Amino acid sequence: MFIKKIALAGAVSLFASGAAVACSYENTVPLKSLTAGFEAWKAVTDAMAACGNFEPELDQEFRTKQPAAFAANPSLYHIGGVSNGTVTPLLNEGTIRPLDDLVAKYGQNLSPNQLIRVDGQIMAIAMMVNTQHMMYRSDIFADLGLEAPATYDDVLAAAEAIKDAGVVDYPLGATMKSGWNLAQDFNNMFLGFGGTFYGDDSMPMVNSEAGINTLEMMQKLAVYMDPEFLVSDSTYVQQQFQQGKIAMANLWASRGGAMNDAAESSVVGKVGSSAAPLAMAGGAPATTLWWDGLVIAANISDEEADAAFRLAMEGLTTDMVQANNDAAIWLVNGYQPSDMAAGAIATATAAPAPAPYPSTSQMGLMHTALGNVLPAFFTGEMSAEDALAAVEDAYKTAAEEAGLL
Amino acid sequence: MKPKVFAMFVGPSVFLMLLFIAAPLISVLVNSFQVTQPIVEVVEVETCTPGFLTQTCVTEVKTVPILDDFGKIQTTTKWVGLQSYANVLELDRVGEAISSGAWGNILQIDFWKALRFTLTFTLITLPFVLGLGLAIAVVVNNATKAVKGPVIFVSLLPFIITPVIGALSIRWLFYGDGIVTVWLEALFMTDISVAANGWAVEFLMMFYRVWHVAPFAFVIFYAGLQTVNQDTLESAIIDGASRWDRLRYVIVPHLMPLIIFITLIHLMDAYRAFEEVVGFSSQSQRITLQWLTYDLLQPDDAGNRAISRASASAMLTMIGIVLILILPLRRTWRDHKGG
Repeated sequence: MFIKKIALAGAVSLFASGAAVACSYENTVPLKSLTAGFEAWKAVTDAMAACGNFEPELDQEFRTKQPAAFAANPSLYHIGGVSNGTVTPLLNEGTIRPLDDLVAKYGQNLSPNQLIRVDGQIMAIAMMVNTQHMMYRSDIFADLGLEAPATYDDVLAAAEAIKDAGVVDYPLGATMKSGWNLAQDFNNMFLGFGGTFYGDDSMPMVNSEAGINTLEMMQKLAVYMDPEFLVSDSTYVQQQFQQGKIAMANLWASRGGAMNDAAESSVVGKVGSSAAPLAMAGGAPATTLWWDGLVIAANISDEEADAAFRLAMEGLTTDMVQANNDAAIWLVNGYQPSDMAAGAIATATAAPAPAPYPSTSQMGLMHTALGNVLPAFFTGEMSAEDALAAVEDAYKTAAEEAGLL
Repeated sequence: MKPKVFAMFVGPSVFLMLLFIAAPLISVLVNSFQVTQPIVEVVEVETCTPGFLTQTCVTEVKTVPILDDFGKIQTTTKWVGLQSYANVLELDRVGEAISSGAWGNILQIDFWKALRFTLTFTLITLPFVLGLGLAIAVVVNNATKAVKGPVIFVSLLPFIITPVIGALSIRWLFYGDGIVTVWLEALFMTDISVAANGWAVEFLMMFYRVWHVAPFAFVIFYAGLQTVNQDTLESAIIDGASRWDRLRYVIVPHLMPLIIFITLIHLMDAYRAFEEVVGFSSQSQRITLQWLTYDLLQPDDAGNRAISRASASAMLTMIGIVLILILPLRRTWRDHKGG
């Protein structure tokens, strides 16, 4: 039974990857990787697997496993997939190795943009950027004579017009599932309003004008959403789009490809993308920039690290990108931005540009506090001031326990 | 049995219980009084990350842990007494809410919110589990032989299904454009959003628990029904007792020890409710004590986890279970001594 399942899974994955990418050499060192499980990672690990002796593990819960697995000696995985959010514990604990010499040896295909440097040392190789930006139903916008919204006031105006026209169930979608997603939505808007999360002394600063503005704006937007927005994660919003139930959402660029997937989507070719809207005039787009990339474990032998890095480079080839062009906003040579990528590119190149997600120990605690407390504001149990004060209290308790205050 | 033989039989399980139950419990207890923190330093770090075309480099002040010679994070552990319990209970905020007269504000605090829901959940589902279990058992017992097997099988299904899968399947019936929600919307000609209403989510969570656990009660009661003294039943019929009288005065008293047993098990299980929160994504509306502990233990993106508060929360949950079990346990003890 088990064998049968494995065989079936293998057959399906072979079938799904479509254009199989060949490997230029035979890998002889047994290697393992732990990465997230979305489309782009599947493309990269499939390309690496073509070299043989490689066991990829794709798991959306990788963030909870990775720090402990890499802290083991020898490390349980050789190659790790990280984002700028999840690389922090690995850097703090020193469980990933500097890659400068390996980049010199095998990294001819890498562009300088891909090299993530911490204090001058290359610690990770980025493969793609990701950001939340505006996606909208271009057909509906054209019918109603609307422009792609540049600010959140435009978003509200467009939402009102769409609601009056009654062409979709709900004008807006948003990744506001309580917990990580809701906190991230707050972060986007808060940074758009020029907010600062904590001061130099690590004391929280979210109970500020920017914080209040953020919650008020989110509240105004929520009126146009499915009332069940507190259980709505990225996949849910993507499906709302695909089924034609919403007309706009500030959604992850990595979800763009799914809009034009004829097997799932009823709105193929009808979804346009533009930069993340501004929260206030003269500010940066209300979003954060993310990258996803590869790291190599510190607690493995130099030979293994050498083999692991060489294999990782096989995953980031031009062939791989050309075979999976629409799976992500790739940083790898050979990527041809499609229409769906326009929004992400406009966001990243805006002036002033949005900040990269600020990944620090303090931010981790703040993110958790926001995700746990803010639902009470949206269910109407707390006022904006009370909610933000409660966030600060929760953050302080956690920061004291973590030794940061 | 000779003491030595007895010891040899019991020894392994006592050893395993000490290893897998007592030892972790003690370590959680110790952890709840301690706080372990990394030794940190504040350093300026320059980080270069990709933009779409060119990199952006930022110099930030970051708090990073100091590593020792073996590359492990240096930590300090100190005894903090009841501080972690105070952090979980947040008694100062409770006091504030009481003194300002806004009692409802107590339920904005995670622990009390979780306690309120866990208790309501446990106590409301209990009579339904017992009642439904008994009802199915009586019905099956009176069913004709031909249908008994299939009926038992179907009644047991909810209990066999993995809890999270069961919760998800009920969630899919109701959340978003779930099939039941669509029917209800067509029936009442209105837009219904189940997951946006706390009470509706609470009801679904209880409904799921009763649906899932009633078969367990049914199996136990059904076994109990096979041992009811037929002579007593017959004499009750001769005395003119109705079906209801027979149930009330003969069958239920006979099943009393089993009712207490199921009550005990259900109180223990329901107080540790967890799958419902995950299955119904109810975090924004309703949380349970067990989920609170889990949430504190989950590392965030930066790798922080609140182990001390999680330990305190776990100990409080255990104390809660002991308190809630005292009543039924005292009764069993009395019966035991009396019998």
